[in-house]
Amino acid sequence: MAATTKTKKETRVPVVIIDNAEITYKVFASGRRATRGNSGGGLLSKKMKLQAVHAVKGVSFTVYEGESIGIIGSNGSGKSSLMSALAGLTPLTGGAIYASARPNLLGVGGLLLPNLSGEKNILLGGLAMGFTKKEIAAKVDDITEFAGLQDFVGLPMRTYSQGMSARLRFAIAASKDHDILIIDEALAVGDQEFRNRSEARMREMRENAGTVFLVSHSMKSIIDTCTRVIWIEKGELRMDGDPKKVTAAYNKFVGSTTVD
Amino acid sequence: MSTEEYALENGLKKVGARPPLLQYVKDALKRVDFAYTLASYTLEAGNAKSRLGSWWNVLLPTIQAGTYGLIFGLILGSNKPDNFLPFLFTGVFLFSYIQGSFALGAGAIVSNNGLVKSLSFPRVLLPLSIVMSQTLTLFPQLLVLAVILIAVQHTISLSWLMLIPLIALLFIFNFGLAMIMARITVHVRDLNKLVPFISRILFYVSGVFFSVEKIFSSDSIYASLIKLNPIFDFLNLARSFLVTGYPQHPEEWITVSLWSFGIAAVGLVFFWSAEERYGRDD
Repeated sequence: MAATTKTKKETRVPVVIIDNAEITYKVFASGRRATRGNSGGGLLSKKMKLQAVHAVKGVSFTVYEGESIGIIGSNGSGKSSLMSALAGLTPLTGGAIYASARPNLLGVGGLLLPNLSGEKNILLGGLAMGFTKKEIAAKVDDITEFAGLQDFVGLPMRTYSQGMSARLRFAIAASKDHDILIIDEALAVGDQEFRNRSEARMREMRENAGTVFLVSHSMKSIIDTCTRVIWIEKGELRMDGDPKKVTAAYNKFVGSTTVD
Repeated sequence: MSTEEYALENGLKKVGARPPLLQYVKDALKRVDFAYTLASYTLEAGNAKSRLGSWWNVLLPTIQAGTYGLIFGLILGSNKPDNFLPFLFTGVFLFSYIQGSFALGAGAIVSNNGLVKSLSFPRVLLPLSIVMSQTLTLFPQLLVLAVILIAVQHTISLSWLMLIPLIALLFIFNFGLAMIMARITVHVRDLNKLVPFISRILFYVSGVFFSVEKIFSSDSIYASLIKLNPIFDFLNLARSFLVTGYPQHPEEWITVSLWSFGIAAVGLVFFWSAEERYGRDD
């Protein structure tokens, strides 16, 4: 494998192939605006029906060994849905995704067990990632230190701030050398010191032949850590290429279409 | 060359594809530690906010059985089963083991959405973990049961040990039930609202607090219907080892074994065949 990592396109080794991926959510809702017209409920007046939300509309791209990919796009553009499908957590409604290893997703949403202490969540998360009890027990201190939570690891996770629990989740996920790791906005909540530490860890993972996908709204961390950027807008692939070029185009797009 | 051929040629695998059943079971077995740790931690977390903590795992079913004893003892009057207290406590504790696995199993996927969406592991570990935590709650209850048996019957018997293979079979049976319920509620979320009523009905038709022979004549259609219910067989079998005055029915071992392995096999295939679907919001 190592011999084939040349720069020529034909000899590059693909790690992830996303082939015409489509995701449609079905939501059971009336879809009517509460502030428009008759909003009164009632058994008879409500017309609940299945509404289809087309989140990803046929996206295709191939990721090669040694790349780290930044994913950008406005809120609700479908980037998180696509990443969740890449991790095998959201089923595709069309197309297919192929990967050389099982991709692991690290997102902001997933709370483990809020009533349990940080330490127990570390153990549980480690076991779920496939560590043995011994292996994960040996890593607990490193993980705590990486997350910077030495003073809080004995407290229930529900008492953590959003930033603290995001740090802990990142530390748990980063304790394993993933072949493919997807990081969804998880770094946005950490402070600068933690961000530096985790960006260093991501570079280290990439050097160990790991592929990292980073979903972020921070163009700075995208440019700092990624070798290629993919811009997804309204469920479609809008641009794919050099980080500086794509982020510049995105900034221009955002500046011209929103009134921030 | 198609994308699929190109992918396979480079050793890539399809993401999210459900592994073959045998591989699936192997993957799950590798992470049994996760299921067990989750089981003991959720048990702990569930009681963390109450002062008596895990004592509630014993107190609640004891209070429950005591209440049933009082009420049904009065209602049934002379129709009470012989040796009423041991009969009732055996019934209530073992039934609550089955009912807990059934009712909480129904929420195995839907109530653990956060876990399902943030970590990838064979989902069958979730219903397994629920049956494990129910088993962990059962053990201290068995101690209470032993105290009651000794207090009422004044003897300790070797036949009590037959409870070990019986509980092993119950574990398999409950695991099957939990897997079936876990998948059905994913498709029909509303079923969760009916679960308490189904549990109630099962409670009344399993002979938990009454003796079928005493209430119905032996040729009555109700008696034969109740006897078709595997939970009735489990309770009957347990009583024959624990409660004095109840005859042994060796043939019931065959019935409960067939039910246990049958339900577990059906449950596993049923649960596994929707593996890709868990975690989707619709």
